[in-house]
Amino acid sequence: MGLLDKQFEDSNIIITTLDDLLNWSRLSSVWQLHFGLACCAIEMMAASASHYDFDRFGVIPRPSPRQADIIIISGTVTLKMGIRIKRLFEQMANPKYIISMGSCSNCGGPYWQHGYSVLKGIDRVIPVDVYVPGCPPRPEALLEGLLKLREKIRNESLAKKKL
Amino acid sequence: MITEFGKIFAFFTTAILFVIIVYIVSKIIRPARPTYEKLTTYECGENPQGSPWVKFNIRFYVIALIFLIFDVEVVLLLPWAMVYKEYGLLGFSIGAIFLILLGLGMAYEWRKGDLEWARPKPVPPVLKKTNLTKIELLPVEENVTP
Repeated sequence: MGLLDKQFEDSNIIITTLDDLLNWSRLSSVWQLHFGLACCAIEMMAASASHYDFDRFGVIPRPSPRQADIIIISGTVTLKMGIRIKRLFEQMANPKYIISMGSCSNCGGPYWQHGYSVLKGIDRVIPVDVYVPGCPPRPEALLEGLLKLREKIRNESLAKKKL
Repeated sequence: MITEFGKIFAFFTTAILFVIIVYIVSKIIRPARPTYEKLTTYECGENPQGSPWVKFNIRFYVIALIFLIFDVEVVLLLPWAMVYKEYGLLGFSIGAIFLILLGLGMAYEWRKGDLEWARPKPVPPVLKKTNLTKIELLPVEENVTP
């Protein structure tokens, strides 16, 4: 039973303050899984490199899913790769987030109609937090997606979700 | 006044305390949801197959030992090379003896053929001839039905 299990019934001032601290620390070091699929991965590398500098947001590529917080699905997901991505996602430690980058992983992209081997959107396999459109998206677009994800993490609460 | 050993002690204490505190804090914060997938071996998304206890060729061991000799040699020679001029002939001779010893070891390995990947001639152990003149044969049983 950890704090991030979100089991608190009400949100008083202690919990909201702790929220802010935990969310700030989590969004400041979103380590990504070192994982690239297709041409979007080139843009992801460009975003990690010195010009766009993902490192200033604390996005460091990690070689193991045990240490990663987010996974950026960067490129065409074939049916074979979908199984692997599913397993990689399962192997990441909670809480974990997904950025779907590019049209291919969003919906199949140019392979929507005739791509017999392509998964039509990674959200058919794993739950996606942020979709980044583009074919491939520029590093600025990925940066914007990361900022959206940071917003999402910033607004999370330890209290139980009201239905 | 804290001594030099006291500083080292403080350093170690801080390190150990830091690790313990981090463990406790992460235990408090993290959600623990172990699943089968999460507990399996990480093989880049593949199914883990086989045993990690792979048999390596024993020759890698010899190669590693030879490498270790040169490794230690470099580590020891670098500080020696910085100061040997200050010690004159004595410092030089000490380093020379060290190098000669290592060279002898190297020559021995070379002679034994350890630098070759495929051993040139595997020499089986030679058994000495004994002075037995009379060999007693065991009695053979006849008419043995299988």
